[in-house]
Amino acid sequence: MTQPKHEVARPPVFHNKPSLWAEIWKKRTLYLFISPFFLLFAVFGIFPIIYSLYLSFHNWSGLGERTFVGLSNFQYLITDAGFWQAVGNTFGIWFLSSIPMLFFALVIAFLLNLPSLTGRGTYRTLFFITNVTSIVAVAIIFETIFSNQYGLMNYLLSLVGIGSLEWMNSSFLIKVVIASMVVWRFVGYNAIIYLAGLQSIPKTLYEAAIIDGANKIQIFFRITIPMLRPIILFTVIMTTIGSMQIFTEPQILLGNSGGVGGAGMTMTLYMYNEGFLNQQFGYASAVSWAMFIIIAVFSLINWKLVQKA
Amino acid sequence: MSSDRFFAKLLTHFILLIGVIISVFPFYWLVVMATNTSSEIVRFPPKLTFGGELFTNVSNVLGSIDFFQAFFNTLFVSSVNVLGILFFCSLAGFAFAKFQFPGKNMLFVALLLTMMIPAQMSFVPSFLLIAEFGWVDTYKALIIPGLASAFGIFWIRQFCQDAVPDELLEAGRLDGCNTFRLYWNVALPSLKPALTFLGIFTFIGVWNDYLWPLVTINSPSRYTLQVMLAQLNGVYDTDYAIIMTGTLMATVPLIVLFIIFSKQFMAGVAEGAVKE
Repeated sequence: MTQPKHEVARPPVFHNKPSLWAEIWKKRTLYLFISPFFLLFAVFGIFPIIYSLYLSFHNWSGLGERTFVGLSNFQYLITDAGFWQAVGNTFGIWFLSSIPMLFFALVIAFLLNLPSLTGRGTYRTLFFITNVTSIVAVAIIFETIFSNQYGLMNYLLSLVGIGSLEWMNSSFLIKVVIASMVVWRFVGYNAIIYLAGLQSIPKTLYEAAIIDGANKIQIFFRITIPMLRPIILFTVIMTTIGSMQIFTEPQILLGNSGGVGGAGMTMTLYMYNEGFLNQQFGYASAVSWAMFIIIAVFSLINWKLVQKA
Repeated sequence: MSSDRFFAKLLTHFILLIGVIISVFPFYWLVVMATNTSSEIVRFPPKLTFGGELFTNVSNVLGSIDFFQAFFNTLFVSSVNVLGILFFCSLAGFAFAKFQFPGKNMLFVALLLTMMIPAQMSFVPSFLLIAEFGWVDTYKALIIPGLASAFGIFWIRQFCQDAVPDELLEAGRLDGCNTFRLYWNVALPSLKPALTFLGIFTFIGVWNDYLWPLVTINSPSRYTLQVMLAQLNGVYDTDYAIIMTGTLMATVPLIVLFIIFSKQFMAGVAEGAVKE
């Protein structure tokens, strides 16, 4: 423009270092390679989340006008006993399932990791197979096992002299049944993850400890557990996030109502009811944001606790 | 071998076997119920052994619901999703693993961050979007949102870094391959183990998906197996033989598939967890 001489005098600076746009154009094939995911994510990932925030400030039945209601969905949510019951139920189920599940998974993983064990591969497959089955099928099977009248579990209890339990009529036992499904489905999965972690611990660490005269218990608490910590952290977080989103088990087992007194109403089932049965899409969006915050905070707390432990 | 060791070994197998029995028992129980009549299932004490009613039950299932239609729908949706995931994720994973381009790191971090966004956040609006597109009650609703995944890209990228040597790519380049040919002829054959795992993993996930098909599909002719099972469970409330046989028929194909590929699959599961 004003300094043409200057430009002419210099050799083209772009020769060695092409401009950003030229570089991007040159690499256009690579952007094409990665674009499907980002396009799909923009449409089915980012947009819905922003839209969901927008909807949470509105009342909308899916048809007709959206009316802006400000924070009133969230104000209602704070006082909504149904929602808080669902939160409590979800945490109850998480508590009942995660601790036994991770404990049993660790035990199985340690046994599978014993050097002299034969048939490890077969065990792995058999333990994992529960995770391959659909939750719908599992829930239907467990429904008959824990049925009040002619359930298999009640038959077994009667064999050992304990009377029949009304599994589906007790707020606590309903949660036990749901938790038992979760435990059954994911013990094997977590055991395989722990096993992989155990097998990746370098053998030299153990050899060094033995030379130093460490006993088995010391080795376990000083080497195995610390080396396994990142994997344990991973499973705790995954378990937490998974448990917070439980839906299919209670929905198949108890129906949309969540069973007697809503004892099996989880957060996701509550959101589903508000959105798809009551057509309160605005409120359902507010519920999903509340769930997100609860899950994020709770996962963070778990993370910190397990890291310290 | 000392007797102490022998007993330790015996105890290990004993505990593991109890675990296996608990894991496998519900499947046994499912088969028991699918081979008995409804009246035998609901009596107390329950019958714990196989009966001879499987074929009657199967024909009852086929008579009361369109099982084959649901089976075909599920197979179709799962297969197309697997093909999409394998193609799009391997393309992107290859690009992220083996090439430099402006913004690459930023885009990859963005991709990892997307894995942390919980699914239920976008659930309601995703449905509304599908409704806006006019995709409710179509296969499109089941297939298109799942055609590429952050997990798949991440998975392929991790594997690709070691599995596809740079020298091989350079040799291909010298032979005149363009980037797509490098992907198709050089990288893809080396990615087979990673693709096998990702394929089975995706197939199982889509096959078992319930909540999304439940809200997007209304016509029985487009039900997937899981939605059909739930309907069966709701409608034939008292006919346990039908429900259980339907459940068995929907479960067995996937279990068979899993057992066939279990070796490759288990290796993949373990590897993924440790790398993350």
